[in-house]
Amino acid sequence: MNLRRLLAIAYKETLQIWRDPRSLAIALLMPLMQMGLLGYGVSLDIKRVPLCVYDQENSQLSRGVVNRFTSSDWFRQVAVLQTDRDLRAAMDHGDCIAALVIPVNFSRTLYMTGQDSLQVVLDATDTNTANIATGYAQGIVAQLDADLNANWQGAHGETVRGVGTVDLASRVWFNEGLDSRNFIVPGVVAIILALVGSQLTSLTVSREWERGTMEQLISTPVTGLELMFGKLTPYFVIGLLDAVFCLGTAAFWFHVPFRGSLFTLVLTTALFALVVLGIGYLLSVRIHSQLGASQIALMLTMLPTTMLSGYTFPLDQMPQAVQAISWLVPARYYVTILRSVFLKGSSLWDMAVPVIALLIYAAVIIRAAARAFRKSLD
Amino acid sequence: MNGAPPAVQARGLTKRFGAFVAVDALDLDIAKGEVVGFIGPNGAGKSTTIRMLCGLLRPSAGTATVAGYDIVREPETVRAHIGYMSQKFSLYGDLTVAENLRFFGGLYRVPRAELKERMAFAVTMAGLTGREDALVRTLAGGWKQRLALGCAILHRPPVLFLDEPTSGVEPEARRRFWDLIHSLAADGVTILVSTHYMDEAEYCNRIALIAAGHLIAIGSPGELKRRDLGGALVELESPQPGAALAALHGAPGVVEAAIFGDRLHVLLAPGTDAAALARFLVAHGLTATPPKPIIPSLEDVFVRLVSRKPAPEAA
Ligand SMILES: Nc1ncnc2c1ncn2[C@@H]1O[C@H](COP(=O)(O)OP(=O)(O)OP(=O)(O)O)[C@@H](O)[C@H]1O
Ligand SMILES: [Mg+2]
Repeated sequence: MNLRRLLAIAYKETLQIWRDPRSLAIALLMPLMQMGLLGYGVSLDIKRVPLCVYDQENSQLSRGVVNRFTSSDWFRQVAVLQTDRDLRAAMDHGDCIAALVIPVNFSRTLYMTGQDSLQVVLDATDTNTANIATGYAQGIVAQLDADLNANWQGAHGETVRGVGTVDLASRVWFNEGLDSRNFIVPGVVAIILALVGSQLTSLTVSREWERGTMEQLISTPVTGLELMFGKLTPYFVIGLLDAVFCLGTAAFWFHVPFRGSLFTLVLTTALFALVVLGIGYLLSVRIHSQLGASQIALMLTMLPTTMLSGYTFPLDQMPQAVQAISWLVPARYYVTILRSVFLKGSSLWDMAVPVIALLIYAAVIIRAAARAFRKSLD
Repeated sequence: MNGAPPAVQARGLTKRFGAFVAVDALDLDIAKGEVVGFIGPNGAGKSTTIRMLCGLLRPSAGTATVAGYDIVREPETVRAHIGYMSQKFSLYGDLTVAENLRFFGGLYRVPRAELKERMAFAVTMAGLTGREDALVRTLAGGWKQRLALGCAILHRPPVLFLDEPTSGVEPEARRRFWDLIHSLAADGVTILVSTHYMDEAEYCNRIALIAAGHLIAIGSPGELKRRDLGGALVELESPQPGAALAALHGAPGVVEAAIFGDRLHVLLAPGTDAAALARFLVAHGLTATPPKPIIPSLEDVFVRLVSRKPAPEAA
């Protein structure tokens, strides 16, 4: 491999990206838009979730609970239900996204045993909303819990363990004990990187075939490796810049707590970038049309990354077969890593499994891409 | 071979696409410093041959060396010693003139100390002085082609393959392009150039005629006209060219007759008397101007050679 040739290609590619509106849009606008749509949508759009109320007790305390929900900014009462069948029907028809179910003996049980549970049933078709609504409900119940405790303590001088357990019906997925945004935003970063990285590189070789410039290029002594690393270099830099933007937004705008080391974050991000760039490049080498390559890159990254990375659909609730497939999705490892680095402050060593998985992935993809390129018109 | 090894040597070079034979057992020798014109109709196999010689297509059979290197075993060395202009324009339209040159200079590892001077030379040669920062897609055809040539010779390759470099270029630009080819040849560069234009063939030291994948003749324009026609060519005019052509095909001593516009070109077997031809036509009740000996054009030669060697049926 010759550095001079590699740099010549990297420089040329940079100029072309700079002058290609489509590449620029993918590199610059896509992260901004996606971060806004996925990350920001999560926190703001979901005020005033339509709520059905099914108060089976109808006591002073239960009405107080309902009031806490309906007077908050987060929920808006759309119906009052009387029977279990009403509840079914309301959820099935999509009349409400969440239903607050207060059991018959709510206050009695609470005062007698010191604990009871409310139930919030959620329509999880829109998981984002469901996740967020869960978070809101938890917040409200925690407040209720605290107030009840304070009252009880004032009256009896001892604490109860509280009512603050929100049970969720079986149709609901939720993230235990985590602020939904903290949970989702790192996943968003992974999706954006996967999308941008594979989209950008999917165009790079196919464009040369489509425009006929490949014939001239392969008549020179350039090698496949020089071409690959030369072309990947500018995209790698762009990918890292996009990652810095997204991760920065996650930490400073969405206030996802960052407890890990920057070095670990950068290293693993670079690794993931290499994987997704490699996937796009491999497709670009194989498929000689820009449209074809970018469509397949989209299909191959967007769907598995959103569905199977655990970004918002927890994997352990999926069928075994689907879980097995998810091991093939590189974003799965990166999402795990991001969450661990951000929320738990994990070290490389703590995350040895996903890190090594990504390392293997990167090696396999890059090797496959290098071998797929043929300096030939045959 | 005398002394210097040939710049290009092909033996039995063959390319099949599936069952179709695009180039069939081609033998070719080109000496250093020669300008060889590669001439043939559409689909004759010119581009395919050139691509094989550049290492872009793998021969199905046969061998070839370029600048002394084997095209199959040492393709990278071959690539370092050739310049190639593909039939379809293939520089980067979204880069400027200077950026394209610098890019290919980098790929060919032109020594940095020399790059500036060579780029300046290429720009001057292409007539693009002052337009170094223009995007290449904004250039007109002739300039694009000369720039492509400039990119192909930045690394001073001893052998150049130019695939229809002048197609779609206006006559004046074509002439300028041939001047460049000759000045390169004068510096010892070997050039194989394909073309559709018969008039351009006359500018070549030698011409290789190719049809349906077969090399049917090779020689200097003069040689081809004298030797490969194999007889004397006469021209006559007739008000009934169709009937005259039909009659001539059975006439004694006529090897070949063809209509060229409003004239007939008739190839006579050696020793045939032209005056006898006139009498023959009159005897058949046809009027025609007296046969007039003419100097054959390459087109005549080409028509003659192609008709003599029928195309092998595509399997
Ligand atoms: N990749 C390919 N697959 C199948 N057939 C091909 C391929 N490339 C060329 N051919 C066929 O091989 C024949 C020779 O093509 P080639 O391009 O060498 O002709 P050419 O002499 O350069 O013609 P032109 O003057 O049109 O450029 C044509 O019939 C063409 O259709
Ligand atoms: Mg051709």
